[in-house]
Amino acid sequence: MKKIFVFGLTSFLLWACNSSETTATADNTTETSQPVGQSNVKDDESQKDVVKVAAGSPDHTTLVAAVKQADLVNALSNAGPFTVFAPVNAAFEKLPAGTVDDLMKAENKEKLVDILQYHVYVGSLRTDLMQDGQTLNQVNGGNITISKSADGKVKVNNSANIIASIPASNGIIHVIDAVLLPAK
Amino acid sequence: MYISHRKLMASLALTAITAGTLFSCKPKGADAAISGDAASLAYVAPGKYDEFYNIVSGGFNGQIGIYGIPSGRLFRIVPVFSVGPESGYGYSEETKPMLNTSHGFVPWDDLHHISLSQTKGEHDGRWAFANGNNTPRLARIDLSTFRTAEILEIPNSAGNHASPFITENSEYIVAATRFSVPLDDQNGDVAINTYKDNFKGSISFVSINQTSGEMNIAFQIRTPGVNFDLSRAGKGKSHGWFFFSCYNSEKANTLLEVNASARDKDFIMAVNWKKAEEYVKAGKAKKQAVNYAHNVYDENSHTATSTMKKEVLVLDPADCPDMMYMIPCPKSPHGTDTDPSGEYIVASGKLAATIPVFSFTKLQQAIANKTYDGSYDGIPVIKYEAALHGEVQKPGLGPLHTEFDGKGNAYTSMFVSSEIVKWSLSDLKVLDRVPTYYAIGHLSVPGGPTAKPHGKYMIAYNKITKDRYLPTGPELTQSAQLFDISGDKMKLILDFPTTGEPHYAEAIPAAMLMNKQRKIYKIEENTHPYAAKGEGQAKVVREGNKVHVYMTAIRSHLTPDNIEGVRVGDEVYFHITNLEQDWDVPHGFAIKGANTAETLIMPGETQTLMWKPDRVGIFPFYCTDFCSALHQEMQGYLRVSPTGSNVPLLFSTGTNKPAVTGPADSAKIKTTKP
Repeated sequence: MKKIFVFGLTSFLLWACNSSETTATADNTTETSQPVGQSNVKDDESQKDVVKVAAGSPDHTTLVAAVKQADLVNALSNAGPFTVFAPVNAAFEKLPAGTVDDLMKAENKEKLVDILQYHVYVGSLRTDLMQDGQTLNQVNGGNITISKSADGKVKVNNSANIIASIPASNGIIHVIDAVLLPAK
Repeated sequence: MYISHRKLMASLALTAITAGTLFSCKPKGADAAISGDAASLAYVAPGKYDEFYNIVSGGFNGQIGIYGIPSGRLFRIVPVFSVGPESGYGYSEETKPMLNTSHGFVPWDDLHHISLSQTKGEHDGRWAFANGNNTPRLARIDLSTFRTAEILEIPNSAGNHASPFITENSEYIVAATRFSVPLDDQNGDVAINTYKDNFKGSISFVSINQTSGEMNIAFQIRTPGVNFDLSRAGKGKSHGWFFFSCYNSEKANTLLEVNASARDKDFIMAVNWKKAEEYVKAGKAKKQAVNYAHNVYDENSHTATSTMKKEVLVLDPADCPDMMYMIPCPKSPHGTDTDPSGEYIVASGKLAATIPVFSFTKLQQAIANKTYDGSYDGIPVIKYEAALHGEVQKPGLGPLHTEFDGKGNAYTSMFVSSEIVKWSLSDLKVLDRVPTYYAIGHLSVPGGPTAKPHGKYMIAYNKITKDRYLPTGPELTQSAQLFDISGDKMKLILDFPTTGEPHYAEAIPAAMLMNKQRKIYKIEENTHPYAAKGEGQAKVVREGNKVHVYMTAIRSHLTPDNIEGVRVGDEVYFHITNLEQDWDVPHGFAIKGANTAETLIMPGETQTLMWKPDRVGIFPFYCTDFCSALHQEMQGYLRVSPTGSNVPLLFSTGTNKPAVTGPADSAKIKTTKP
């Protein structure tokens, strides 16, 4: 329940923030604010999209911060459908020291975008639809390879295990235990 | 999401991090803002006209919407493939044949794309063409009446999506199938997993009669069993060629979401249609037995006729060398668009990370030098780099369609990242990007697909409008967004909702259409067999159980307006002629209990509503279109007697006969003339 609970507060803060943001002006010579994008739509009734699901998970704070830094929040709030391979915080911690901090710097945004887009496939794929040896072309243009064992366990690029799968309104999140790094 | 206050407080630290990192409270800078003078740019003062007609597909509503640009005002809904209760289109006896197909009467379709007729690569304002996606059809709309004039069914096709794109002198519009299927003359009772053997694609080249506009399938080309998505004709230097985007080159027959994305590249198929014409002339085309409907509306008889056609000419690429080439294109290309010069072919792989731009000149060189990369089902595959002008790098996510402004710029819609990206055709550099709200599909620059775009505006057509309009329950409107593109930066100036789902649209200068609008149909030119061209010709005639009412309508009465002698079990045909010869004075007709829509009759026109009385009684009828101060007086009564009744047929207007009582009833009264 903790995940849902965390998310609830997130959307509460977002909502509050938004209502202060849309202060209209009657002066027609100044610029009026526009909504930030689809992630800003107020909707507590619908199933959560992939961003909101991730935002509600305490195990994905690094990923969520990175998605924000990469300006992918609105894109991933769109109709999709998306399959998001979502590394847990511990997976980012396995990277060489300083890697994440480096990626979060403004000057490395392009690299961060590339890595995050390497974690997204356009199409909603449950693990039972994945096949051993299958390659998937990711949003950044790179390919990932799926391996599937006889007991149905799925591994990505022979390095990351899918440890949980969470359906979302605009796709599915597969929680993985390692960060996928695009080939240079 | 219900949380208690106590819990909320308890987790403040954690949630603060989440909220702080995910959602910044600042809008994304000035590009997300609308400037204060936008309203004046979209404002068309009362009494003033818009600059452009925007002719917008209505998607699953099967209609076309006519809007003004820059105001975004909706002027008219033109029913095309779907019945239109507003006018009785598809309900009146005269218009029912318009929706006839080899499957019988099909009252609905999914209308995706518009092509306006062209001469020398420019808009000429004669006709709009549209595709019916589901039961493959093409339609022609007369731009002087904004009415559907013709519908042609397409055989050997399923999902007429890559259609109805047009050549620069309106020689042809095309119809390429989205679904490959077993051909119409094959046994279609095959296992679906025999797709690779039994399923074929088809492209129809439909010629346009330059005087009447009439469509005719000149020939079809049989293609590999891929899915065709969109297409564009070449123009200028590439006139004579047509380019089609293909996906599912994997030839998957299930879960295309995965299985049609297996290959890195699909294709743009380039067809040399002038060569195809030569092959047809040389007798290379084979006749195939098929069955398809061709429906034409005649403006003098005010009646559509449906003719079943039985044959089509088919070219097999195997017999026709040098006619077709495949250009590899990344990841399930969606839009393929030709720039105003005809040199550049922009292909948008909807799952691709770049936008490849092909060069027609390089394509010709590659063909001359046979710079091939193998073949696909016997069709030469051009080496990707050999035809490539270059790639637009990092344009955004989910590129779909590209339009042009005639100043060397291209505008590509990005579905996933909900934005439009402006880029330069010469150096392929991204120049500007604007967000759309949300999930843009097509976009339109006035004249954008022609050799001479009119520029100035760009309209985005969006699939999702959450939080842009007052919400209306589970279903929200689709929308258009108008941008000023006269400067370096694209500038949002207006949102307006659309009727139906807008796919492709075109916009044409108002001056090209507004002075050629038809105002009335001349009553003396009316050749409808049941027309009453004057109240003296109004009458009621019984033929067995069919009763024909020759009725007239003029402000503010119907003639006849008292009808007796109709019996339960009859089929009553109300043929109503609008005697008005005055612009914008239609009359409507409806009768209680009719299992159909009203019929709306334009001045000088005759339209027929068929009604089967199901019970004895008095049935009122009336004019449904407010026509005059005495519109509410424009009414009448029809008496229905039991089956076998001997009540004679009687009709009148303005003649109150003395009441007759007793068992003889009105049997002694002779049929009278009004």
